[in-house]
Amino acid sequence: MPINYYIFLSIALFCIGVAGVLTRRNAIIIFMCIELMLNAVNLLLVAFSKMHQHALAVTNPNAGIDGQLFVFFIMVVAAAEVSVGLAIIVMMYRNTHSIDVNFLNRLKH
Amino acid sequence: MHITQILFWSLSILALLSAILVVVSKNPVHSVLWLILVFFAISGHYILLNAQFLAIVNLIVYAGAIMVLFLFVFMLMNLNADTEPQKNKWLKIAGVIAGGSLLLVMVAALKNADMKNQLAEMNTGSIGLIHNLGMVLFTDYVIPFEISSVLFLSAMVGVVVIGKKD
Amino acid sequence: MSNIVHLVWLVPVLPLAGFLINGLFRNQLSKSLTGLVGCGVLLAAFILSLLMFGEVRREGFEPVVVSLFDFISVGKLHIPFAFQVDQLSILFLLIITGVGFLIHMYSTAYMHEEEAPHYARYFSYLNLFVFSMLLLVLGANYVILFIGWEGVGLCSYLLIGYWFKNIDYGNAAKKAFIMNRIGDLGFLIAIFWMINQFGSVTFGEVFTKASTVPVAALTGITLLLFVGATGKSAQIPLYTWLPDAMAGPTPVSALIHAATMVTAGIYMIARSNILYSLAPTTQTVVAVIGLATALFAATIALRQNDIKKVLAYSTVSQLGYMFLGLGAGAYTGAVFHVMTHAFFKALLFLCAGSVIHAMGGEQDIRKMGGLRKHMTVTHLTFLVGCIAIAGIPPFSGFFSKDEILSAAYGASPVYYIIGVFTALLTAFYMFRLYATTFLGHFRGTHEQEHHLHESPSAMTIPLIVLALLAATAGFLGIPAIIAPHAHWLEHFLEPVFAGSANLPAVVAKRSAAEQGGNMEGMLMGISIAAALIGSLWAGLRFSRKPQLEEPTGFAAVLANKWYVDEIYNALIVKPLDALAKFFSGFVERSVIDGIVNGVGRLVQYGSRQIRLLQSGLVGGYILLMVIGILVLFLVELFVKK
Repeated sequence: MPINYYIFLSIALFCIGVAGVLTRRNAIIIFMCIELMLNAVNLLLVAFSKMHQHALAVTNPNAGIDGQLFVFFIMVVAAAEVSVGLAIIVMMYRNTHSIDVNFLNRLKH
Repeated sequence: MHITQILFWSLSILALLSAILVVVSKNPVHSVLWLILVFFAISGHYILLNAQFLAIVNLIVYAGAIMVLFLFVFMLMNLNADTEPQKNKWLKIAGVIAGGSLLLVMVAALKNADMKNQLAEMNTGSIGLIHNLGMVLFTDYVIPFEISSVLFLSAMVGVVVIGKKD
Repeated sequence: MSNIVHLVWLVPVLPLAGFLINGLFRNQLSKSLTGLVGCGVLLAAFILSLLMFGEVRREGFEPVVVSLFDFISVGKLHIPFAFQVDQLSILFLLIITGVGFLIHMYSTAYMHEEEAPHYARYFSYLNLFVFSMLLLVLGANYVILFIGWEGVGLCSYLLIGYWFKNIDYGNAAKKAFIMNRIGDLGFLIAIFWMINQFGSVTFGEVFTKASTVPVAALTGITLLLFVGATGKSAQIPLYTWLPDAMAGPTPVSALIHAATMVTAGIYMIARSNILYSLAPTTQTVVAVIGLATALFAATIALRQNDIKKVLAYSTVSQLGYMFLGLGAGAYTGAVFHVMTHAFFKALLFLCAGSVIHAMGGEQDIRKMGGLRKHMTVTHLTFLVGCIAIAGIPPFSGFFSKDEILSAAYGASPVYYIIGVFTALLTAFYMFRLYATTFLGHFRGTHEQEHHLHESPSAMTIPLIVLALLAATAGFLGIPAIIAPHAHWLEHFLEPVFAGSANLPAVVAKRSAAEQGGNMEGMLMGISIAAALIGSLWAGLRFSRKPQLEEPTGFAAVLANKWYVDEIYNALIVKPLDALAKFFSGFVERSVIDGIVNGVGRLVQYGSRQIRLLQSGLVGGYILLMVIGILVLFLVELFVKK
């Protein structure tokens, strides 16, 4: 498929994730939209890696492999981040019995 | 139309629809389920692009572990549709408009990009195979690999520290 | 001795020093010391002027310009602070310092009831006035003249409102100053126009270039200068301040409003004689307004009962005569009348002051009468002044008034007829004043009668000196018909008026007037007859029965000054008041304050709205972040091509 299509798909997923972050007040849903954004990026990276492989196949057999390895590491980081984030949210719930983001306006002071 | 094209389009539409439903659903548990569907669709895309390792890892790690974690947390807090807080209507509209504008801008910027007609190779290519990926990972990228294990360790420690009842 | 003229700067500096000494040290100086300083500087200035006069009198004397420093020097415009000594300025110098000295001497006795600091304040103001007047007549260009012009206006205000605790006197002072300012505006615009047309304001340069400037511009400049003169010299329509100015002490009225300040306008026009001779339209305007003022003021004086007000209107009327003379081209005649008027009007005012002093402050002539038995010197000198002002020969008023009237006849017979009628009125009201005050029986209270006494010598000596001058000064200007080439003043002032005398139009007019030798004799006879009729009729009528009843009908209109003050009040003062109220009430409060306060309120509102951004809500911050990224993308990808 021409790379354009992957680019547009990825951008669409990303922007849906952005809209979700801005629209929802539930902290965990916001988290999930962030995961959505990360996945959109992962998809794009893989698509680019395949594009490079197609373009440079004759000179280098492992031409686009860096893209896919990068996606691997992104997943690693995402997993760590999710665990820490959810721990924080649970803590927040324990203190305020709510997971409404608007409650966390301590930055005002 | 070739079978790959049909698959590409249907997976894309599935992914987009599910993503929109993630954002729109009132019940948070439904959002989780839709997100799992998104992950499945994206894994489908990976398989189409012959990135087999990543497809499996995506399913196992994301859909399997991370989403389950989310569900645990939801169940812990006993969240359902009526306890869901609602944002100010204008802010919601502003958010949607911002997101939409971002979409428009990026699409417009990249419409005439040079690499328009480069192909992403589907169905073929050996770089997605576990064998090749593993070779490169353990030779060229071994240090980031080790460091990522340290990252996990620190994340675990951090979670335990945060979660302690003191 | 030929360098004495170069010491001319000392003449104004002496009164200035007197002003500073009396002003700064008024709390320390005793009254006698103050009087000594005040009069001493004037005497010194007078002696200097006499010495310089001796120099100027020499045959072939050229005007000397003594430049002190560069006052204004901008681009091509140079205005030096310079004094010009020539026949005209030396004449005025003598009048100002001489009469001024006599009045200063008079004041030492007249004001002796004041406390020492106020006494010193009086003398310092008086000295400052003399300084300004000297600047005015000595200035070598219109700007220095204007500085003096403004200075005398200021001192007039200070001196009229000398007894500042009385609010009416303060209002009179304000009225004088404001009316002067209206005239000054005309003067200033004339100076600006002059700079535009001539590129200079120095007398010498302006007068040599005068014939090259278009007549329309000259007419405009001279008209505007005349507007300034109407303010300063109390002509229609800016004359109403002068009767009100009688609120000041009588010596002030004598010095400022009889002898010197009000003649500033005459001096200015006499100095600019070339400009006026080249603008015949303005000359007609000057003559008509002068004549109208003379007649108008004379009619009002017929029915006034305050001794000083009669003299004030008389001054306005006589000033009108001087302007008539200027307008008819008789510059020498006008200056001659300035001189004689200074003598007899100052004399009349000082006598009035003596009378008021004796009456313990009373100024209403209906309460006086028969004073000749109690105050001989004052009575005789007042009589001399009355005869002089009526224009009866051989006293000085006759010679100067006759010269003006014959020039008026040369300009137009109508001028002459009205002028003679006004002379009749002048004689009438002056002798009405004399008879009501000095003849007949005393009509005041018993206390006032006991208080009546002749004034001290410090007051009577100036009266005698001025009476002598009023009687004899006429012989300086004997007209050609009586004795050819005996008109000393005309010969003396010839170089000053040479420019306009040699203009073709003026030469033609003069030769036409010189034809009728018999005509001139007849004119002289008519004016003498008018003066005699007026004075005898008034003297006989009012010595037998003084005019005590309230005026009715037309007489009431005259007594109420033709209601001019009321008309001005309704037409000018009230609308301006309303306008001022509108501006202060509406514009100031609602518009200007509204704008200023509105800006403050706007800033507060804006800050309140912007403060809402700091909500502490992360969601809001993320929204702004996304918008920021959007903008960056837009700028980077689409704007920067």
